[in-house]
Parts: sequence; structure tokens; C-alpha cells
Amino acid sequence: MKRHFIFIGKQMLRMLLLTFFVSLAAFMLLSVSPIDPLQANIGQAALGSMSQEQIGKLQAYWGVGEPPAERFLAWAGDFFRGDMGVSLLYRQPVAKVIGVKLVNSLWLMLIAWVLSGAAGFVLGILAGLREGSVLDKIIKGYSLLIASTPAFWLALVLLMIFAVWLKVLPIGLSVPIGVEACGVTVMDRVRHAILPAVTLSITGIAGITLHTREKMIEIMESDYVLFARARGESTFEIVKNHVLRNVLLPALTLQFASISEIFGGSVLVEQTFSYPGLGQAAVTAGLGSDVPLLLGITVISALFVFGGNLIANLLYGVIDPRIRRGGAGA
Amino acid sequence: MRRWNGRMTAVFLFGLAVLFLAAVTAAGWGFSEEALVTDFSKKNLGPGMPYLFGTDWLGRDMFLRTLTGLSMSIRIGILAAGVSSVLALLLGTLAATMGRTVDAVITWMIDLVMGIPHILLLILISYALGKGFKGVVIGVALTHWTSLTRVIRGEVMQLKEALYIRTARKLGVGTWEIAWKHMFPHLFPQFLVGLILMFPHAILHEASITFLGFGLSPEQPAIGIILSESMKYLAMGRWWLALFPGLLLVFTVVLFDVAGESLRKLLDPASAHM
Repeated sequence: MKRHFIFIGKQMLRMLLLTFFVSLAAFMLLSVSPIDPLQANIGQAALGSMSQEQIGKLQAYWGVGEPPAERFLAWAGDFFRGDMGVSLLYRQPVAKVIGVKLVNSLWLMLIAWVLSGAAGFVLGILAGLREGSVLDKIIKGYSLLIASTPAFWLALVLLMIFAVWLKVLPIGLSVPIGVEACGVTVMDRVRHAILPAVTLSITGIAGITLHTREKMIEIMESDYVLFARARGESTFEIVKNHVLRNVLLPALTLQFASISEIFGGSVLVEQTFSYPGLGQAAVTAGLGSDVPLLLGITVISALFVFGGNLIANLLYGVIDPRIRRGGAGA
Repeated sequence: MRRWNGRMTAVFLFGLAVLFLAAVTAAGWGFSEEALVTDFSKKNLGPGMPYLFGTDWLGRDMFLRTLTGLSMSIRIGILAAGVSSVLALLLGTLAATMGRTVDAVITWMIDLVMGIPHILLLILISYALGKGFKGVVIGVALTHWTSLTRVIRGEVMQLKEALYIRTARKLGVGTWEIAWKHMFPHLFPQFLVGLILMFPHAILHEASITFLGFGLSPEQPAIGIILSESMKYLAMGRWWLALFPGLLLVFTVVLFDVAGESLRKLLDPASAHM
């Protein structure tokens, strides 16, 4: 048991260190940028008509001219106390902006993550069960095609079909335009999230399907499956008794390790549907030179990615008895 | 006559894919002037003859614009894949041969790069370089080396301990000779296939980051810009502006995949005799 905790502790420490380095790297990238935040947000014409005093005030607001090392230390110190700075574009604390956007995004990503994982797993098993069959070829072809399709284009096509042509779903945003916040019903929210969630799910299926299929083929060729067949077990029994456990572990690991991809996909999908989530905020922050917000989003997303990897590592121990015993020191 | 076999199919597919991609690249390059020509008497035409993909709100030929955009994407993809694969070869070999510290540092770097969602990392790099064309190219080129580095690192580590290499070392063969004569022939196919299979990722990421508005300016006919512009006209029913450029993009990416997979089948001893 003790070894178990040491393992978990080491992994957690590693994750925190990595997150720290991610924030350092992101900070360095953002601070070497030649982009002048004043020019990007106010424009040359407006700047020209301002007095030196006004410009000085604005420069202080956007943090122009401070040494980067000092800024990083100040920023990191505040971050540990839960203060991520103030978003320059939204004029609110970054933590608050991220909190609101993250809730919107989490719904999307969670639905897509579960749906794509489950669908991909089933498709992968069906395809791998009989390698080379028509079904296998269709599923494999579909996965390869989806893997080659950019998420934002798929989003555009779905928009064209369901919002413009059939007019059954709204074209964007997470709530109807011109309705007060209290007038927004749960149904409205759901209706507006359907297309983004479906797009994200479809694009997430490819990887897990192909991976599960490979594993399936490997297992179906194994000696223990051959022996089970010789004993007279049906295909369903073989899958239930011998295959599922062996395929589930790599599939789950992959799914937890693929959080980074779902995150990336959500940036594109949210931008296409103008869905006000974390991804769209990242793009807005990048285009509008909102450095504190962009930094905050990078660190939060890195935490999610590393958290996913951590869970994947721990899951190995829960599902696979061989690793569990090894970990407990048997 | 010899019987037609899987090997010939692979060669045929590989040749076809390379030929098509070269044609698109060359055509896009050649028509880059024509793609910018506006003609207000022919605006908003649906797809048909002579405008295969229709025209946009400025009367520009969408087929030519798409070709030019794809051609640029392919060229950026080639550059990015080239840079990233050389990086991967270097870092992978260094990690496997230079001892534990170097290995730990490089593995750490891989984890770090993979910890930031790829699109977000591209946004950060693009921002660091002041956006624009340069930001996109450098961003795409510097972020695709991680998985190939892992493959090469693992491969070199295995090779190092292989019996025939240890034997060669005991027989007094020099380090460079071992690297060149015994390791390189093993690594090269992996490297080549990894290089080609990097293209699809690079092209998709280039299109995505331009779609988001980082990078190329609106006049340049990049595929991401064409698609993001088409968004404004979707609600008016101009579906062709988004559909055809996207289809051609998907087709290009699939072809790169086909080329890489065929090459892998030809080079991999396990599947070379089909």
C-alpha cells in the first residue's frame, strides 16, 4: 500500500512541476512577442490623437516596458494565491472569466469525450472482430477519413446542413440572441450545444476506433482466444469473458491521454459556432493580446491534460491485476 | 507477365498520390496571379462550367483560389515536416545515446510540448513571433517532432543492445561506422515513413491556425482563410464557398496518408511481400 502512495505522490509532483514549466514556457513566449498591445487594441489612429499622459496610463495598464523576469515572479506568486490577474479585454479577474467559460466548455467536452470514447470503443471492437470483413473496411475507412477532416470544416458542413438548409438547429452562440439571461431555458442551452457537441464527438472517434481495432486484432489472434474457441465458446462469450478486459485498459488510457486533442478540437469548434467557451476565449485573447487571460487558459488546459495522463497512469493499476500486484509489492 | 500483387498496388498508390500532390502544388504556384483576379460581372456564381467551384462575392474563381491555398499549405507542410523530422532524428538519437541526463531532459521536453494542447501552443508561438506568415510556418515546424522523437529514441535504444551491434563493437568497429552501416539502414525507413505521415498533421494544423485568424493576411488565398471567409456567407446559402475547398483539403490530407501507408508497407519487412 505504501508503495502505491509513493507512486501517486511522485506522479502528482511530476505533474505540478510540468505545469510550472508550461507556465514558464508560455510566459516566455508571450513576453518575447513584438506585438504592441496598444497598437493591437487601440489602433494607430487613436494613439496618434492621444496625449503622452494618456498613452503612459494605457502602457501601465497593458504592462508595457516592465522586465519579464519580474513580471513572471509576480504573476506566479499571485497565481499560487489564486489570483490569476485581470483580463484586459473582459476587464474582469481572469479566474472569473475562465470559470464562466470553463463551465460552458466542460459540458461540450465531457459529452464529446464520453460519446466519442464509447462509440469509438464499440466500433473498434466490431471492426477488429473480423479483420478484413466489409464492416471492418467501412469502419476503418470512416476513421481514416475523419482523422483527415479538420474539425472546423466538419463544423461548417454540419452548420450548412442543420442550421441553414434544414433550419432545425440554431446557427451559433450558447443562448438565443435578444433574450434576457433569466429567460434562457435549459432547452435553449441544449439546442445550442447539440451541433458543437456532435462535431467534437465525431472528430474524437477516429483515434480510439483505430487503436481499439489494432488491439482487437492482436487479441483475436492470441492463443487464449484460440483455446476458448476450441472449448466451444461463442464469439459473444469470447468477447465478454476474454477480450473486453484486455481491450478496455488501453482504450481507457488512450481516452484519458487524448484530453489534449479534445481541448484543441474545442478551440476550433467553439470558434466556428461562436460558442462562448474556453477555446473561443483563447482565440480572442490571442488575437487581442490579452496576455493574462491567454496565460491562465494555457495553465488550466495543461492541468487538464496532465491530470488526464495521471488518471491514465493510475488506471493501469486498477484494471490490470498484474500491475496492481506489482504496485502493492506482492 | 508477372501476377499483379499487393506490392505493385502499393507502388501504384504511392506514385498516384505523389503525382497528384505535385500537380496541385505546381498548379497552385502557377495560378497564384489568376487566383486574385476579381470580376464583378461574375460574382456569386454557383459551381458549374467554367467555374468548377463557383465564384465568390468579388467574382474570384474559387477553384483557382483553392488550388493556390492548397499549394501553399502543402509547401508549408513540406517545410514543417522537414524541420520537425530532422529535429526528431537529432533529439531521438541524442536521448538514446548520450546518457541518462540528456535522455531525461529530452523526455521532459516532449512531455512539456505535449502538455499544451497543440492549437493553443500554435497560438502562443504565433503570438510570440508577432503573428503573420512567419509565425505560422515556425509554429507548425517546431511542434510536430514529439511523437517521431519517441519512436526514434525507442528504436535506437533497442538497436544499441542488439546482438549484432554489440558484436560489431566487440570486433572493434568504430562508433561512426556502426551508426552508418548498422543503425542507419534500420532507422531510415522509420524516419521516412514518420516524415511523410507528419504532413497530414502539419497541413491540418496550418489550415486550423489560419482559420482562427492567426497568420496570413486576408488577401492571401490560404485554405484556412478561404474557409473562415466562407462562414460569413453560409447563412446566405452560398454553400459552395465552404464545401469544395474543404473537400479538396480533406482529399489532399487523405492522399498524404495513402502515400505514407503505402511506403510503410513497402519498406516494412513484415508486410513487404504481399
